Amino acid sequence: MTDLQTVPTDNKTTIDTTGTLTRELVAHLRENRTGLREEWLRRIFETELLTAMTREEVFAEATSVYDSYVEALETRTLEALQAYAQNLSERIIPRGVETHEVVGIVLLLRDVLARSLFAKYHANFKLLNAVLDAYEPAANSIAITVAVGFVQQRERIIREQQEAIRELSTPVLQVRERLLILPIIGVIDPQRARQLTEQLLRGIRATRAKVVVIDITGVAAMDASVANHLVQTVEAARLLGAMVIVTGLSPEIAQTLVNIGVDLGKMNTVGDLQGGIEEAERLLGYKVVLSAEPVSA
Amino acid sequence: MQVPILKQGPHLIATVQSALTDADLVQLRDAIVEQVGRTRARGVIIDVTALDVVDSFATATMRDIAQMIRLRGARTVIVGIQPEVAFAMVQMGLTLEGVTTTLDLEEALEHLGERQNGKVAR
Amino acid sequence: MRDEAVATEARVVVETDRDIVSARQQGRFMAAQLGFSPGTATLIATAISELARNILLYARRGEVTMRTIENNGSKGITVEARDDGPGIPQPQRALEDGFSTSGRLGLGLPGVKRLMDEFRLETAPGRGTVIVVHKWVR
Repeated sequence: MTDLQTVPTDNKTTIDTTGTLTRELVAHLRENRTGLREEWLRRIFETELLTAMTREEVFAEATSVYDSYVEALETRTLEALQAYAQNLSERIIPRGVETHEVVGIVLLLRDVLARSLFAKYHANFKLLNAVLDAYEPAANSIAITVAVGFVQQRERIIREQQEAIRELSTPVLQVRERLLILPIIGVIDPQRARQLTEQLLRGIRATRAKVVVIDITGVAAMDASVANHLVQTVEAARLLGAMVIVTGLSPEIAQTLVNIGVDLGKMNTVGDLQGGIEEAERLLGYKVVLSAEPVSA
Repeated sequence: MQVPILKQGPHLIATVQSALTDADLVQLRDAIVEQVGRTRARGVIIDVTALDVVDSFATATMRDIAQMIRLRGARTVIVGIQPEVAFAMVQMGLTLEGVTTTLDLEEALEHLGERQNGKVAR
Repeated sequence: MRDEAVATEARVVVETDRDIVSARQQGRFMAAQLGFSPGTATLIATAISELARNILLYARRGEVTMRTIENNGSKGITVEARDDGPGIPQPQRALEDGFSTSGRLGLGLPGVKRLMDEFRLETAPGRGTVIVVHKWVR
């Protein structure tokens, strides 16, 4: 029987540990499952974590977490735990559970189990050290796995919610027939820029707009990539048969555009939004007059 | 995949029905050029509403068509570029400079009609 | 939550111009399944079209492989265009903007490179070409 077992080097996530000691401490944690879990629950309620959940829910989750924890220690792999952590996070995040609570309860479990190992092996200092050598790295990996998994889920959900809000908000306004206005306000990152463009282009098609006024009065600063994006938006709108008027161009942004090689002479710009709308109406009105051909007698 | 080309008054209307291979595009180009020559059409409308991708070859072919039939005194209008396609094209740096593009057939006919009467639209 | 099975790999042998269409349609489908916006999925399809055509024009035969990739919870798509052709002459020039992107025979590579999150080109005279690009869902 070997003390140190070679760790498989495939892409499975593994915990390095000593085989026999692991088996022993895992057996101990399983035997004392009920008591240790109670102790853990007591501490959770004492420190007022997971207040968003009912006691029954906490109990149920605690049981699953405990078993997954011990299994991760035993199998020396984190995959099942990762999957469970992701699953758990998906369920509890909508309930309002926060990062510090999840990290908190995992650390509490780690402490409760550690104390239990102290109690069992305190008579033999050397053995205690060996057991802790087996336990601690594994326990830390587990804590990190659960915490990171939770945070990633949380970030993903927040991103999705932001996306949903963005989709719902309609920045593209139809003010006259065949005339759309897109006021851009605040800080624009490339992703938001892409979204605005897609919404604008869809809006052009939906409303058969002939003229679009893009107002960037509310944009403080624009870096080269977003400025480039603005130019592309103008070109894409043209492909859809719409003319674009850009209003609210500050000297700084004008400079940025020139710097990236935009010929401002070719871009239809007007000082302010009002002026832009008037110009747009002129363009549309001009076309209307032209289409009304006098009928020859 | 043959693209149907119909004559409507002085104009030809080619309506793309599905994805076009490079060979289809070349065939379309040749068919349009031949028909413009034969029918003395004044305008050609190419409806690309059904195209979900317009890449460099398609763009170049469309520009070729416009150039070739201009030599025969006819104008080209590309109609119905999808928003996502327009977006991809500009990001890839593909331009249809020198070719008129409109949203739909009505706009295209209006444009060609105005051109025909010698009036300037914009 | 969104645990529908996503096709993880698609491989298209490129020998005819019909294969170019096939490759880009499969790419678009995979991109849409991964959650890319319609605009970005079209972009990816357009890039695949360019890569596949290059294979046809310069090597006459090759293959395009599309795979889903994951990293730290982020999903993405990787496209590999591979051929055993004569290689791309002057690859550095081929990657410069303005190198025939508007022409029919343009390699379209500068455009593809600009739009993908990662771009890798390996080519050697007589030893074929491999182009690998990644794009992440954001």
